Amino acid sequence: MSVPKGDVFLAGVGGQGTLLASEILCDAFLLSGFDVKKSEVHGMAQRGGSVTTHLRFGPKVYSPLIEPGKADLLIAFEKIEALRFAHYLRPGGAMVVNAQEIFPPSVATGQERYPRDVAERLRAVTDRLHMVDALAAALSLREVRAVNIVMAGAASHFLPLPVAAYEEAMIARLPSMIVAVNVQAFRAGRALLHPVDS
Amino acid sequence: MSVLVKKEEIRLLSGNEAIARGAFEAGVKVASAYPGTPSTEILENFVRYEGVYAEWAPNEKVAVEVAIGASMGGVRALATMKHVGVNVAADPIFTVSYTGVRGGLVIVTADDPELHSSQNEQDNRHYAVAAKIPMLEPSDSSEAKEFTRLAFELSEKYDTPVFLRTTTRISHAKGVVRLEEPAGPAFLPGFTPDPAKWVMLPVNAKRRHVAVEERTKALIAFAETWDGNRIEWGDRSLGIVTSGVSYQYVKEAFPDASVLKIGLAWPLPERLFREFAAGVSRLVVVEELDPHLETHVKALGIPAQGKEIVPIVGELDPRIVRQAITGEANAVRAPESVPPRPPNLCPGCPHRGLFFALKKLKVTVTGDIGCYTLATLPPLGAMDSCICMGASIGNAHGMEKALGRDGAGKVVAVIGDSTFLHSGVTGLMNVVYNRGSSTTILLDNDITAMTGAQQNPATGRTLHGEPTRRTDLPALCRALGVEHVYTVNPHDMERTEEVLRREVARPEPSVIITKAPCALLPEHRRKKRPVYEVIADLCTGCKACSRLGCPAIEWVPFTPEEAVAAGKKATQKGMARISPLLCDGCNQCPPLCKFQAILERKP
Repeated sequence: MSVPKGDVFLAGVGGQGTLLASEILCDAFLLSGFDVKKSEVHGMAQRGGSVTTHLRFGPKVYSPLIEPGKADLLIAFEKIEALRFAHYLRPGGAMVVNAQEIFPPSVATGQERYPRDVAERLRAVTDRLHMVDALAAALSLREVRAVNIVMAGAASHFLPLPVAAYEEAMIARLPSMIVAVNVQAFRAGRALLHPVDS
Repeated sequence: MSVLVKKEEIRLLSGNEAIARGAFEAGVKVASAYPGTPSTEILENFVRYEGVYAEWAPNEKVAVEVAIGASMGGVRALATMKHVGVNVAADPIFTVSYTGVRGGLVIVTADDPELHSSQNEQDNRHYAVAAKIPMLEPSDSSEAKEFTRLAFELSEKYDTPVFLRTTTRISHAKGVVRLEEPAGPAFLPGFTPDPAKWVMLPVNAKRRHVAVEERTKALIAFAETWDGNRIEWGDRSLGIVTSGVSYQYVKEAFPDASVLKIGLAWPLPERLFREFAAGVSRLVVVEELDPHLETHVKALGIPAQGKEIVPIVGELDPRIVRQAITGEANAVRAPESVPPRPPNLCPGCPHRGLFFALKKLKVTVTGDIGCYTLATLPPLGAMDSCICMGASIGNAHGMEKALGRDGAGKVVAVIGDSTFLHSGVTGLMNVVYNRGSSTTILLDNDITAMTGAQQNPATGRTLHGEPTRRTDLPALCRALGVEHVYTVNPHDMERTEEVLRREVARPEPSVIITKAPCALLPEHRRKKRPVYEVIADLCTGCKACSRLGCPAIEWVPFTPEEAVAAGKKATQKGMARISPLLCDGCNQCPPLCKFQAILERKP
C-alpha cells in the first residue's frame, strides 16, 4: 500500500495561532513516519494581516509551497480568509472554516461591509464545506486562545492519522501545564464535525 | 538542551533552526547578529545550546566585526543577517575576504524574494562574486544544517570567510533534519600576531589579493567534484540548472527531467556545466531573482534559456516553473474578491498615538524600518518615506536643506529605538553638526518589535537574558549636541500633540522620545489593564474613534430601519463597537469621543 500524501493549506489572521496549530499537525505526521514540509512567513505579515501556512506530507516531499488549485484541505481560521485563499483548493477538496468574523481595516472603519455571502461563495467552490464555531468551543473551555487547536481537531477528520498521533504531538511539544486544555480543545474540535465524506 | 543526542534522532526544523543546530554541531563559540526577517530565529535558537556565546549587535557591521575578532581569536564564529543587512556589513566583509580567517567564519545572508518583510528584493549572490567569497546555498532544512557544518570546514581549509545564503522559503520552511554529534575545530583558541595576514596596509593587502585569486582557483576545483554540485540524470530532452529552493520546485514540476543542482553558488564549476549541457537537448536555468547561474552558463558560451522565460521578480513555485518551461499552466479558479487584510499596528500600540497626533500637524514625515512603517497605511496615513534602517534622520535633514526657509517647521523624522541605535545616531550627529533644525521623534517601545521582540542596547537585557547597562537615549541625544530632548507618553495624545507643535516650530534640532512599551511584550500583557466599551445609547456614529485605525474598534453599519430600531436618527449610518477580545486598554480612544460614549467596561 502506498503512503498517502496530501497538501493542507491553513489561512488565518495574525495572532490567531495558526502557527502552533500547523506545528502540531506537522509533528503528528513526522511521528507517524511521513516526510513533511511546511512553509510560512514571519515578520511584518504577522501584525494582524492575513497569514498562511503551506503544509505538505507524503512519502517524499519536494516543494515547501502548495500550488494554487492543488490543496486537498483548506483550514481557515476566519471566514473571509477562507474565501481569500479558496483558489488554492483542488476541485473536490475539503474546507473546514471557522465561522468567526474578524473585521479587516476597511470594514472596521466603515468603508465597506463584511461580505454577507461568504458561505454561499464558499459552497460554490466546494460542496465539501464544513463550517464550525471554533470560538464558541474554545470559550466553553474558558480558553479563547485554544481556537487554533479546536480547528486542528475539526480538520483532523480529513487527515489520515489517528487522534493518538496528535495527542502525542501535543504532549511532546507543549509545556506540560497547557497540554490538558489543548487535548480537550482538540477533542472538542473533533466532536464539532461528523462528516460523511471524510 | 542536551549536548549529546541519540543516534538517528530526527526533528522537524525550520531552515533557521537547522542553521543554529549546524553551527552548534560545528562547535561555534561566538555568534553575533542584528535581527532581521527572515534571519532572526537563527541566533534565537543558537543561544539555547549549552556552552555557546551569542549576542545581538547594534547593527550588522558590528556583528561581522565581532565574528571576525572571534575568528582571529581562534574559535569558530557566526554572523547572521537579512539580505539588506549585508549592505550595512559590506565594509568589513570585503576586507575579511583578503585577510582570511583562523577559526572558521561564516556569514549568513537571508534573502527575501517576494519582499514578504523587506524594502527590496536584492539578490545577495552578487556579494559572493563581488567580495570573492565562496557561497553555499542549501535547498532545504536538512542541507541547511549540513551546509552550515561544511561552511566552517571550508572556511578553515581555504582560509576564507564563507557565505551561507538562504531565502525566506528556506529560512521559514520546516523539513526533516537528522541531528548529529557536535564536532569542533582541531586547534585551541588563541591569537597569533601575523601582521601580513591581519593588518591590511596596502602592502599587505596587495599580497593577500593574490592569495584570494589563488583561493578562488582552488575552490573552483572543489566545485567540480563536490557532490553538493551534482548532475541527476533523467530524461535528456530537458536539462535544468538550478539551486536553492528552486531545486525543489523543479523536482516537483519536472520529476523526470535531468537536473544540475548547484549547492555552491560561488565560485562556479566549468567542466560540470559543460558535461551537463552536452548531455541534454534543451537547457534551462531556473533560479529566483537575478540571472546569476545563467550569466555564468552564457559566459561559458553555452546556449541556454533563463530569464526570458523565468520571472526575475518575486519568488517561484512549481506552477510558475512549469508554466515557464512548458508555456502552459493548469487552469486555476480566479482568486475571490474580498476586503484586503494588510498588516496593521496592534491594538494598544503606542505608535498609533504618536502618528494620530502627528497627522494633525500636517508635516512631512520621513520614516524608516520598523512596525511604525505601517503608519503609512490608512487611516493614519502619516508617513511619507521609507528607504532603509536609519534613513529617516538624514532624509529629513536633506529635505530641510533643499527646501530652505519654506521647509522650516515642516519636516520631522521618526525612528525606532533599535533603528536609532542601529544607524540613526550618526544621522542625528549630522543634523547637529551641520546646523540643521529638524525634529527627530524617537519611538522608544523598549524592544526591537517588528522582528518579534528582540533585546537591544536600550532595553537592559542581553540575548542570553542577562541584565546589562542600558544605553540612556536622552543622554545620548544630549551628548550629540541636541539641547532640546523631551520624553512624552504617546498614549497621552493631547500632551504629545502639544510637545510636537512646540518642537516642530523650534528653529533648532530637537528630539522627542515617545516612551511606552510595545503592547506585545509579556510584561505588558501580564499587567492588569482596563477594557473599554462603547455605550450604544451615546454613540452618534461620528467615527472620531475609527480614525485611529485600531483593530479593536469595529464599525457596525445601520440601514435607516436598523438605525430607528436602535433608537437613533434614521440618518445615522452606524455606530462603533469595541471588541473585548482585542481591546488592550491603552486609553487612546476615550478622549477622542466628544459624547463620552467610550467607558471602561465594568467587570
